[in-house]
Amino acid sequence: MKFSEQWLRGWVNPAVSTAALADQLTMAGLEVEAVEPAADFKGVVAGKIIDVKDHPQADRLKDCTVDTGAAHPLRIITAAPVARGLVTAVAPQGAVIGGNEIKDTSFKGITSQGMLCSAAELGLAEDKETLLVLPEDTMPGTDLGALLDLDDNVIEIAITPNRGDCLSIMGVAREVAAVNDMGVTVTPTPPVTATVEDTVGVQLLAPAACPRYVGRVIKDINPRAVTPTWLRERLRRGGVRAISPVVDITNFVLLELGQPMHAFDLDKLDGDIRVRFGEPDEQVTLLDGQTLTLRDHDTLVIADRKRVIAVAGIMGGHDTAVDESTNALFLESAHFTPDAVAGRPRRFGLQTESSYRFERGVDPQLPAMAMERATALIVEICGGEPGPLVETASQPHLKRPEAIPLRDTRLNRILGTPVEEKEVAQYLTCLGMKIVREATGWQVVPPSHRFDIHIEADLVEEIARLYGYGRLPLSRPRQPLAVKAEHPGRRTHRLRTLMADRGYQEVITYSFIDPAMQALFDPDAVSPRLKNPLSEDLAVMRSSLWPSLIQALQYNAKRQQERVRIFEIAPRYRGHGRDVTEETVIAGAAFGPAMPEQWGTPRRGNDFFDSKGDVEAILAFLGAAAAFEFKPMPHAALHPGQSAGILDRESGRQIGWLGSLHPAAQRRLDFPGTPPVLFELSLHGLEKSGQTEFRELSKFPSMRRDIAVVVDADVPVQALIDAAHDAAGKLLQEVQLFDVYQGEHLELGRKSVALGLTLQDFSRTLTDQEVEEVVSAVLDKLNTDFGATLRE
Amino acid sequence: MQDKYKNLLNRIKHDSEESATASALIQVRAGYLGKKGELTLELKRLGGLPPDQRRVAGQEINEVKARAEQIIEARRQQIDQEQLDRQLQGEQIDVTLPGRGQHSGGLHPITQTQLRIENLFVEAGFEVAQGPDIEDDYHNFEALNIPANHPARAMHDTFYVDDGLLLRTHTSPVQIRAMETRKPPLSIIAPGRVYRCDSDVTHTPMFHQVEGFMVGEDVSFVDLKGLLIDFLRVFFEKELGVRFRPSYFPFTEPSAEVDITCVICGGEGCRVCKHTGWLEIMGCGMIHPRVFQHVGIDHERYSGFAFGIGVERMAMLRHGVNDLRLFFENDLRFLKQFN
Repeated sequence: MKFSEQWLRGWVNPAVSTAALADQLTMAGLEVEAVEPAADFKGVVAGKIIDVKDHPQADRLKDCTVDTGAAHPLRIITAAPVARGLVTAVAPQGAVIGGNEIKDTSFKGITSQGMLCSAAELGLAEDKETLLVLPEDTMPGTDLGALLDLDDNVIEIAITPNRGDCLSIMGVAREVAAVNDMGVTVTPTPPVTATVEDTVGVQLLAPAACPRYVGRVIKDINPRAVTPTWLRERLRRGGVRAISPVVDITNFVLLELGQPMHAFDLDKLDGDIRVRFGEPDEQVTLLDGQTLTLRDHDTLVIADRKRVIAVAGIMGGHDTAVDESTNALFLESAHFTPDAVAGRPRRFGLQTESSYRFERGVDPQLPAMAMERATALIVEICGGEPGPLVETASQPHLKRPEAIPLRDTRLNRILGTPVEEKEVAQYLTCLGMKIVREATGWQVVPPSHRFDIHIEADLVEEIARLYGYGRLPLSRPRQPLAVKAEHPGRRTHRLRTLMADRGYQEVITYSFIDPAMQALFDPDAVSPRLKNPLSEDLAVMRSSLWPSLIQALQYNAKRQQERVRIFEIAPRYRGHGRDVTEETVIAGAAFGPAMPEQWGTPRRGNDFFDSKGDVEAILAFLGAAAAFEFKPMPHAALHPGQSAGILDRESGRQIGWLGSLHPAAQRRLDFPGTPPVLFELSLHGLEKSGQTEFRELSKFPSMRRDIAVVVDADVPVQALIDAAHDAAGKLLQEVQLFDVYQGEHLELGRKSVALGLTLQDFSRTLTDQEVEEVVSAVLDKLNTDFGATLRE
Repeated sequence: MQDKYKNLLNRIKHDSEESATASALIQVRAGYLGKKGELTLELKRLGGLPPDQRRVAGQEINEVKARAEQIIEARRQQIDQEQLDRQLQGEQIDVTLPGRGQHSGGLHPITQTQLRIENLFVEAGFEVAQGPDIEDDYHNFEALNIPANHPARAMHDTFYVDDGLLLRTHTSPVQIRAMETRKPPLSIIAPGRVYRCDSDVTHTPMFHQVEGFMVGEDVSFVDLKGLLIDFLRVFFEKELGVRFRPSYFPFTEPSAEVDITCVICGGEGCRVCKHTGWLEIMGCGMIHPRVFQHVGIDHERYSGFAFGIGVERMAMLRHGVNDLRLFFENDLRFLKQFN
């Protein structure tokens, strides 16, 4: 909310500077976001056009003689429409507007001794086509700042949703008064005496939503009245555009007192005013020109006998609006409860100054006061004959503040420091609360405008606020020491550093992705879709991290990164509705050379096995490399010949995938170079540290025998190793694969696999004969199962 | 000493020096000291000498022999040294060449910041808890005293999914989930991803928060103040000015915003702090009695505080990052700066 400092000081004027006032507001909870001068110009004066000639060299320019009260009139060239006798704003040489100094400037051979200004140029209004028009009787040479009372600041504050009572000059003034322990100087406008009898009947058909409605007829207003400059200026400094006198006055009252009002054209009303909930399919064309069709029964409307004429507290209707021909008004100053308004402005896309206030709450006692203020201003500015103020109210539905107990012990315990009784009384009284001291606390009745105060904690906050948060001492929490289980995040973090040590860079990508990418990487994915995505490329919760990683790869590839290794640990989302699961996974992607560019190491692209080494390191970290197997399995996004499922050997449960990006997917993604290798592993159930069980060390030497066997090229090496273990039994400690060869000297379709067998016993040194027996058992088994022959 | 022996010794010296290699030297040694070497033969000849000469000659030969061994050994060491020197010279490398191998990667600055926050609180005695990203309305709003149509909901531009579920707009639901299942005393920190339907220069639709809270029989606002001031000074490693000012969150009362003196300008006023000299850094307050009612904790017996920290903001201020969006572009040139 923006407002004029001057206006506020008219209500309450503590002897503090603007900066100190701003600080007071911020520290009271009304955060000051900006303080700006009301006008950003100096040296601009009123000037009267005493002669206008066409510029001889330019059709669009006028050559004006302007009296600015100086000894000699100025010669000024302008492109704006101008007429002799006009009194307008003149910026002579040396004036400063928006930080720019005005200098004599030549226009096609004639020197202009300054410029004539529009309201927009001076930052006073939006009109930039025409010059600012000043009253004809303004003395030339009068300083414009003084004329418009511009020695003022616009203060902008952020009001939290609970403090609807501060959305007005009066509300802010009450806070400033409380902080400075002083009073507000303005008194309410005295009741305006009715000069005509006319009234409009009001029926409160939804009294819980609108328990009070104050109305008044004003007849015979002057349709030609204009809004005085002082009022326009207050609106402008409050961030409200001037429209027409009646609307400007209701807006003025809204800014001043916080009560939204509405003016209907009396002659366009048909019968009594009815405040009721709308019916589905009822329509109303609003002031902004759009037609609103109601869908249900929960929109409070103002209707006359026939139709909806306004959406209560939000916006008036077009048909009954005040216009240039209006000469009789029906003014509305009603109380709509937050429940009756909240949520609707968002739903309809109709956020107005009025709805903003009603959603947050308005003082239910305010309507009559606001009506008197508005009536007095209208009569003063537009003339007219006011009718009597008519209040229609449903007393049972008007909430009255109730007494709230405040216990001394509670206050001290929540704040953690004692506050003296005298101080408590002072703060509460300052805030307009009625207090009664009891044995161990207070009974407190808040004023009607503090509808945000319901419970003891609300009072504790008020006291803390006025005591000053800064004045409260510091303490340290005391909680019992307790040993707690290590949380899984620790191991996840260790996994992160493992990846970083292996050359991977961690990325953080959005949890929602493009459904098209999802379909490409996980065609059968079922995952939640956002109902209101920011855009279609952020519309589904990802079922895999791969699409995001691929995008990060692409982003970097496009920025001349030839080698990218990235990983992310984050949830993936699967399932629908309440059955959705979030599973933390680690996913990685590598493309470009296997090693950073370096001398003495041949350049080689990262392949499946480089990444497999990384995955094995993860599995080893998880404490169970041997518990998992890699099985050739097809995946929509992976190269059919280079993709593996990672399975738990015991349960057969698949925990992840490893493979090269499918060339077709790579083409569709327009991704350059060799295919990236991707992996993704679920960390579900693997986040706990397994306890290592110690195994006895053998005191006897181990023996190693190397064998090279020739098998069909499609025999998986893992099967050979598994078979070797089967055949050798417990003496075989380790099988080390040290070479795989295909090519010259071998039959086509066959490969040679070289295995190092390490044998060891725990009770004795093995004899050569025992070792040979095991080796030949292994060879026999490999021969039987895979047709393996010993390579000579 | 007889001239004969002197000559012999001179020849040994000469021959040793002439030997360029270890093997040549071995031959020289054999020629003098071997089985058929000159000295050995001389020694054998001693027996033929008259007894009075035999003793003197024997002493002299032994002296020559000892001297010869010394000369040859000295030469051997010299040859070894020369050979090693030659070898080492050939093995010289350019130590300025860069090392080889895999380069280390690194952690995302948001992760680093989140862990830093987490660790500081864990070391103070907090434990870590987590909750789902896809939340229900109850845990994200209702139980936090934000009923439907509450104006505070407008500040949380929420992403909705089906079945009344939504993407959590803050990490505060973890507070509810923890209090639903556990009894005080509780000191918990809950980091995680949060989502809001907003995207511009200063907003990304996903960001990170750390929620913290403490519930006990004697937890007060001044405790909260002390804890957070300590935290901020340790986090930024500076004796920062910290101020608490009244604010509003539906789930705390009293509520406060915490400001620190601008770490960019030191409080002088700059673009980052909008010329106020202060930076809004976190929100906090005493847990609202209605929140305790929702989770079934007796608010007469217990009190508690809660606070929420924006991880991106902390990271930006700590590292001087001037554009929030950089965190999610994942440009390696950016990320690697934090390794």
